[in-house]
Amino acid sequence: MSILPAEFREFAYGDPMKILVIEDDREAADYLQRALSEAGHTVHVAGDGDSGFTLADTGDYDVMVVDRMLPRRDGLSVIAGLRSRGNSTPVLILSALGEVDDRVTGLRAGGDDYLTKPYAFTELLARVEVLCRRANIKDAETVYKVGDLELDRLSHTVRRASREIVLQPREFKLLEYLMRHAGQVVTRTMLLENVWDYHFDPQTNVIDVHISRLRSKIEKGFDSPILHTVRGAGYMLKAA
Amino acid sequence: MRLPASFRTTAARLSALYLLLFGLCAVALVFYMTALSARMLASQTQDTINEEVVGLANAYQRGGLPLLVRTVERRSRQPGANLYLIADANGRILSGNVESLEPGVLDVEGWTERPFSYQRFGEGERRARSAAVPEAPAAESEVRHAAIALVLRMPNQMIMLVGRDLGEPERFRVIVRRSLMAALGIMGLGALLIWFFVGRRALKRIDNVSEASRRIMGGDLSGRLPVTGAGDEFDRLSENLNVMLGRIAELNEGLKQVSDNIAHDLKTPLTRLRNRAEAALGGAPGDKGYREALEATIAESDQLIRTFNAILMISRLEAGYSAEQTAPVDLSEVVRDVVELYEPVAEETEVALAADVPAGMTIEGNRELIAQAVSNIVDNAIKYTAGTNAAPRVTVALEKRGGEIVLAVSDNGPGIPEEADRKRATERFVRLEQSRSQPGSGLGLSLAKAVMKFHGGRLDLEPRDPGLSVIMSFPVGKET
Repeated sequence: MSILPAEFREFAYGDPMKILVIEDDREAADYLQRALSEAGHTVHVAGDGDSGFTLADTGDYDVMVVDRMLPRRDGLSVIAGLRSRGNSTPVLILSALGEVDDRVTGLRAGGDDYLTKPYAFTELLARVEVLCRRANIKDAETVYKVGDLELDRLSHTVRRASREIVLQPREFKLLEYLMRHAGQVVTRTMLLENVWDYHFDPQTNVIDVHISRLRSKIEKGFDSPILHTVRGAGYMLKAA
Repeated sequence: MRLPASFRTTAARLSALYLLLFGLCAVALVFYMTALSARMLASQTQDTINEEVVGLANAYQRGGLPLLVRTVERRSRQPGANLYLIADANGRILSGNVESLEPGVLDVEGWTERPFSYQRFGEGERRARSAAVPEAPAAESEVRHAAIALVLRMPNQMIMLVGRDLGEPERFRVIVRRSLMAALGIMGLGALLIWFFVGRRALKRIDNVSEASRRIMGGDLSGRLPVTGAGDEFDRLSENLNVMLGRIAELNEGLKQVSDNIAHDLKTPLTRLRNRAEAALGGAPGDKGYREALEATIAESDQLIRTFNAILMISRLEAGYSAEQTAPVDLSEVVRDVVELYEPVAEETEVALAADVPAGMTIEGNRELIAQAVSNIVDNAIKYTAGTNAAPRVTVALEKRGGEIVLAVSDNGPGIPEEADRKRATERFVRLEQSRSQPGSGLGLSLAKAVMKFHGGRLDLEPRDPGLSVIMSFPVGKET
């Protein structure tokens, strides 16, 4: 039986990754292993901080998922230890502690992203995919291109099929983030965190409204849809 | 058992220390005073002797040796007379009222260097006469006195001595010594008394405080330490500890409320969740039915998590959590961002969202918390105003008012007409009857209120005609 929603599987995922999961809860670890494998990745699991550290130190992983509270050696110390040995593998921290300062200490210890338990698997998968590709990123590129959509980061202009599209500053940032992660699922909370820098959950789903507004600007009058909704997960920018 | 305990008190130690210090001071003072007055007496004595010598010199000049001897004889007989002595060159006594003196006194001319002992004429006899039993040597030694004197050698090699008895300074010294002893005795007694009363009193009060704190530790959290009303350091200590106890009781009460709320309000959705799963199991099996039930279950769990997070956050805020997580926050920017975040929602629900936000209003605080509070309030305003009248509108206004920065979110919706309801609206989990149909955990306003309290501000609900104003007042004290 499949873990991923059907809609999710419609979208082809990028290259398979080698992922290390350090999680002491057997059931949660099994679930993650099954689900991530299903998404096409190779998954290794460590049940405590010590063995996790050894595995991470010797194996060459694309991304790690580390629980914060682990037996023998806690997650933050594992990450800090790896960082001090020059290991820069992207890390997603999983934690039951979700307050602002917990997140700050987690990221300060060397984590790259922070996800609070309980989480939706689609959220975790989207974040892991984005993290992994951060290494070969489009930081240096000044122009992002997806299909016939073009975004110039310097002149702050957006064109589709050579037609200029006028966007509000926030809409520009939103599109910039989506284009930067084109071909990847981006969740609502990821957008809220990265475009608005909010780590709380607004009561009404404000992000959907922003997306539909942006969508009407970049799709209305053009032939093909480019900003897709991934049901049960989020959004994806992808040329048809 | 009582006494050793009293000895160990601070009061006893302090009393002993003070006693020692005062004693040392008193002794030093007395010694200084005695030395000073002795020197004064000595110089007085010397002055007197000098005067005598001048008088005698005059007599010698006027009438030679005979007049000098006569003058000496006359003066010697006066009561309380000074000491006079005229001796030949070999030190044999010729005239005067001194019968014998320490050997060697007459050998050195000038002031005698130290007091010497002597015997007056007639004293030995008088003593011998009054004493029935002849105890001469003892009596003799007894009447020897100490004196100082000026020894002069006259031009004809005869020796003249003029001196004065030291009986007076001696008596003075004895008096001083006796009063010193008495004073030290009284001081010691006083110290003992003070220590006894003060120490015991302090001990008793500390015992009272210990007793009260034992009671409180025993579980009586409403108990307080005794305050006598004297306003002294013990009272201040007790008052501060009482304030602390009050704070602890408050936190404890908050904790209890949270657990009550969790028990009551999380159980309801959990029951719903369980019922739904049970119903799905009991109903006709089918992919569609299961799917719907599971989707509803996930949605319900997400809502539960959201509620749970909000409760945790409120209680942590109310416990005054991580005050170090504050920094200067540009309130204008935060408010503008939130308005911008909600603008599309407002447009979609046809609510006119207007903002009057002047730039540069800065406070000390936590951006994330303030943004969350403001977004909860704007969210509510839009949610409860949409579709209630022909031209629904929500205005967000930020302004400096007195010593505060005030953010008012006003709408022209139905508002909350009853004052009691307005008061209840910010309580946890309270969802007024009118709003039961709207989604939400009922924690939005409580969270905003907790955030305001965390920032030292207030959250007030004010009625408008028609509508409601939610007023957030931030203190401007820490403005940068």
